[in-house]
Amino acid sequence: MTDAIATGIPAAGPRRSILIEDALTRKRNRSERRFKMYGLGAITISLLVLFVMLFTIFRDGYTAFFQASLTFPVTLDAEALDENGNRDPAELAGVTTIGYGNLLRAALIQHLNAEGIDLGGVSEADVGALISRDGPAQLRDQVLADPDLIGQTIELQTLATSRLDGYLKGRVTMETALLDSNISPEQLQLADRLSEAGIMTTAFNPGFLTLPDASDQRPEAAGLGVAIIGSLYMMFLVLIMTLPIGVAASIYLEEFAPKNWFTDIIEVNISNLAAVPSIVFGILGLALFINFAGMPASSTLVGALVLTLMTLPTIIIATRASLRAVPPSIRDAALGVGASKMQTVFHHVLPLAMPGILTGTILGLATALGETAPLLLIGMVAFVNSYPAPPLDGGFLDPATALPVQVYSWASRSDPAFLERSSGAIIVLLAFLVVMNAVAIILRRRFERRW
Amino acid sequence: MSVLFLSAFIAVIGAAGYVICRQRAMASADGNIRNLHSLPSYYGWHGAIMAAVPAMFGLAIWLLVQPMLIERQLQNYFPAAEVENPAAMTLLMGDVRRVAGGIDVAVARGALTEAEVAALDSGRSDIRAELSSVGVALGSQVTPQVLAAAKDYRASAATGAIGRSILVFVLALAGFAYAVRATHKDFRARNRVERVTLGLLMLASIIAIMTTVGIVASLLSESLRFFTFYPVGDFFFGLTWSPNFRGNSQLGLLPLLWGTLYISFIAMLVAVPLGVFAAIYLAEYASPRARSVLKPLIEIIAGIPTVVFGLFALVTVGPFLRDYFAQPLGLGNSGSSVMTAGIVIGILNIPFISSLSDDIINAVPQSMRDGSLGLGATKSETIRQVVLPAALPGIVGAILMATSRAIGETMIVTLGAGAAARLDLNPFEAMTTITVKIVSQLTGDTEFNSPETLVAFALGLTLFAFTLVLNIVALLIVRRYREQYE
Amino acid sequence: MNDMRVDQTMMTTDNKITARGVQVHYGTNHALKDVDVDIRDKMVTAFIGPSGCGKSTFLRCLNRMNDTVASARVTGKILLEGEDIYDPKVDPVQLRAKVGMVFQKPNPFPKSIYDNVAYGPRIHGMAGNKAELDEIVETSLRGAALWNEVKDRLTEPGTGLSGGQQQRLCIARAVATSPEVLLMDEPCSALDPIATAQVEELIDDLRSRFSVVIVTHSMQQAARVSQKTAFFHLGNLVEFNDTDKIFTSPQDPRTESYISGRIG
Repeated sequence: MTDAIATGIPAAGPRRSILIEDALTRKRNRSERRFKMYGLGAITISLLVLFVMLFTIFRDGYTAFFQASLTFPVTLDAEALDENGNRDPAELAGVTTIGYGNLLRAALIQHLNAEGIDLGGVSEADVGALISRDGPAQLRDQVLADPDLIGQTIELQTLATSRLDGYLKGRVTMETALLDSNISPEQLQLADRLSEAGIMTTAFNPGFLTLPDASDQRPEAAGLGVAIIGSLYMMFLVLIMTLPIGVAASIYLEEFAPKNWFTDIIEVNISNLAAVPSIVFGILGLALFINFAGMPASSTLVGALVLTLMTLPTIIIATRASLRAVPPSIRDAALGVGASKMQTVFHHVLPLAMPGILTGTILGLATALGETAPLLLIGMVAFVNSYPAPPLDGGFLDPATALPVQVYSWASRSDPAFLERSSGAIIVLLAFLVVMNAVAIILRRRFERRW
Repeated sequence: MSVLFLSAFIAVIGAAGYVICRQRAMASADGNIRNLHSLPSYYGWHGAIMAAVPAMFGLAIWLLVQPMLIERQLQNYFPAAEVENPAAMTLLMGDVRRVAGGIDVAVARGALTEAEVAALDSGRSDIRAELSSVGVALGSQVTPQVLAAAKDYRASAATGAIGRSILVFVLALAGFAYAVRATHKDFRARNRVERVTLGLLMLASIIAIMTTVGIVASLLSESLRFFTFYPVGDFFFGLTWSPNFRGNSQLGLLPLLWGTLYISFIAMLVAVPLGVFAAIYLAEYASPRARSVLKPLIEIIAGIPTVVFGLFALVTVGPFLRDYFAQPLGLGNSGSSVMTAGIVIGILNIPFISSLSDDIINAVPQSMRDGSLGLGATKSETIRQVVLPAALPGIVGAILMATSRAIGETMIVTLGAGAAARLDLNPFEAMTTITVKIVSQLTGDTEFNSPETLVAFALGLTLFAFTLVLNIVALLIVRRYREQYE
Repeated sequence: MNDMRVDQTMMTTDNKITARGVQVHYGTNHALKDVDVDIRDKMVTAFIGPSGCGKSTFLRCLNRMNDTVASARVTGKILLEGEDIYDPKVDPVQLRAKVGMVFQKPNPFPKSIYDNVAYGPRIHGMAGNKAELDEIVETSLRGAALWNEVKDRLTEPGTGLSGGQQQRLCIARAVATSPEVLLMDEPCSALDPIATAQVEELIDDLRSRFSVVIVTHSMQQAARVSQKTAFFHLGNLVEFNDTDKIFTSPQDPRTESYISGRIG
């Protein structure tokens, strides 16, 4: 190779053994390893953040499913609750929750004295403050439902105030109590004695899943009942609206649409709609459904309409992909035996594409279930503490809220007890999403066809 | 008759159309299916469609038009000044509907008779108290005009209900009769049914366009109304954002736009390197087994609702950044900040960028890699100098799409960025975005005649325009890229 | 392998690559069975055989391109000037600088013509400065008989050239790293006859400076460009000999069947 230049070929240097790694190669290999580490690092960081996020949410949220309550005997004093003794419902309803509150407080103090528990200088009013403000209301409802209880002594289990609950969960401490106008260290010391005596216990709290939202002062009584019903209503409506419309639109675009400027516009439109920020759909819903068409704000119907418009593009894209995955040979075979184009599509192509369509639809629903921003604009963030009616009684028009919106509205309240509930609501939301995704994966695994 | 009943009626007559037309077709063919032009079920479907579809459309159109007509009629009850103000009218009509609805409920529960309703007079009795005693809560006092309008509304609605029922009955029966008459063995039922089906399919696909038209129309019309209250120039070039519901608001877009772009920039600073490197690892280095585990794991991030990320920003990331970066560096002590929101949005966008980039990197032909490796390039040299340049247009498209998502992201900024509109460079300062302000101007009790509310539509229009341009550009780039390697 | 006839005298002199007992498995598929071959310096060696006979697989063993296929497993010994290229100490990156490769389909990088050719010299640090690099690029393009066609548009993308020019660009790219062996995997199969003729002429030209190994499905091409020919069939090396001997008096009945068109 000494005449390399002369013959027009670059000269190789002195021959180097391939068994010896030269300096340059070593450097290049180091940079190779570094580059690979960047990739691995990126994945590790992403997954680590995901893990930290889920961990903190579960850590903060699982306690929402447990709640402290107080158990003590209450004598439903006939004189206090029914002065005239005639059990007239109208008169019974005249006794407000304040009256029941007094009754509960007295009963608790009496029980503490009977059990020989030292109040430790806590005033009677402050002892009463240990009981949730929801307690009197619940007792009142109970009595109104069954006036025969009056005069009896019942063993009542009622929620403790959220500060006591937080004390048992470690959120409230003696130090924070000093700065807190709602609770004092003395009350917490009394709570310790209540726990020892078994009056105050913590147990699984089904109310978190069933009760409606509660006001700012009663985080212990706030539940996800209305939000879960609202989300289920909306998912149902979104499903029955998106599936037929999405499938029909996809069939038209994929199987029948001529290639012209009009279908081109539809195509570009759909891909763009899929990328429009969700909040814009909220503005649309507010302007079109509530202001223009006069539909009731905060209702699941409007929520579902907005979510439907938002999910349709995604579902159309997924459905078209599954229609496209059905090989042309199937269509040719059906057309070849004399079926019409429409028969071919509905008898052969559509059934074969169905698993894919359902998978796409479920995933679209899962996205819709977690969507928050557009629902805020159509008023679903309003405080709703009554359950919507059953669907056939116009329940879709009743105000409701949704799981992700409940997460948001609890997260934006000032009492830290609501943060626990917000995280708890996320756990419920994620559980729904896990189930939906699992169903989608199973569907895909089960019916996936390779052509 | 109620809408529910009418719908049921349509369903029943549709079913009857199916059964009867099918039977008639069979009868006309002497029970021999071979004498028919189409399969018997097509005659049935023809009957069902003719009976049900026109009636259904008639009902739908009636339901849309009736409220508008009634509203126009009720304008006579109110002074012209209010009629000309659309927002005030919306509120008034809302009141009218609520009062009318309340009376309906009261009548239905037997608390009031029709005669008592006719005698209702806001001058004499407290309508609000009266209705609330039967469990119908009203927000505000009932003025005489509203009460009169509500009574008229009830009357008109009752008339409308009768007209509605007649329309549905006539359409359904006429369609039914037509289908029955047309049914004959030589009738081309299948062709007719297929034409109608095709029409319905087309209608469904037009909903996508209608949505866009709806978005653009509602944003534009309300924005135009906003600009009658507030000068266009002051909105687009104003440096101050201080809405004041008592008037004299300063509604400048620039601080919000700055916050939006700053946060999106930080988000992309996080998402692009992490997303692209994750995609490179998945596409070029990971074994098929590792890939089948890692890819779905990363995509979990995309499946988590954004409000969850919002809470994460609020509870974990914000305080962490404040305690370990902002305060030690003396850059402020706000948990909500551009940094907080930007980082969390960036993380949310990682799977978006990595999935798209992964697809795009995989679309680079293997022969290109072989060529480089065959020359003795290392894998990373091949990726950096051959694969990435080839995939660059597609990756840029993916990044643009992710940017548009970051700009439109709402929940994370609502919970993590703060509410203060500011033009500031300090990333640890709370700032706010277009989406945050849309939410805050439109939630709660709002009246749709104040610039403070209507500005949200102008903000929405800006947001829509921004994201639309980004998406179209991205779409074009990606499409061109895919064509190149197909 | 008693049916393999290797000229014993050839083995001792001027062998660039010596392969002994090479076996390749792709997962459970035994793609190459016990192949012994000697590649001589400054000569063109052709691998022929029907599709799927293992000729490309063997070619890709010679610069360890099979490493990029996860399921491939190579056993046996391949020596490049006496050094085992599958020795764990060997870095395939360094090996491939010495054993260059040209592929079936022209695969210029999405870069300019200049950068395509300069790619190898740059990554292997062969040029000290811009002038040296310019010289390498020019000599390589000249060596690939492409200089006159592209010298005025070096900054244009390599993908804009015609198919034949692209393939010659890829050859120039491989030549630029001054390899000792040049492997060519059906380099003309994607080209039209005129471009094929140009590339074949170039191969003949290259022989004076490298050993060239070419895989081809065209027996005529093998006869035209090569001095030695190996015939592969079903993963076996059936016959390896001087090209004219293979085509005029094949020793193995399978070789004869193939070149007379009865199998393949």
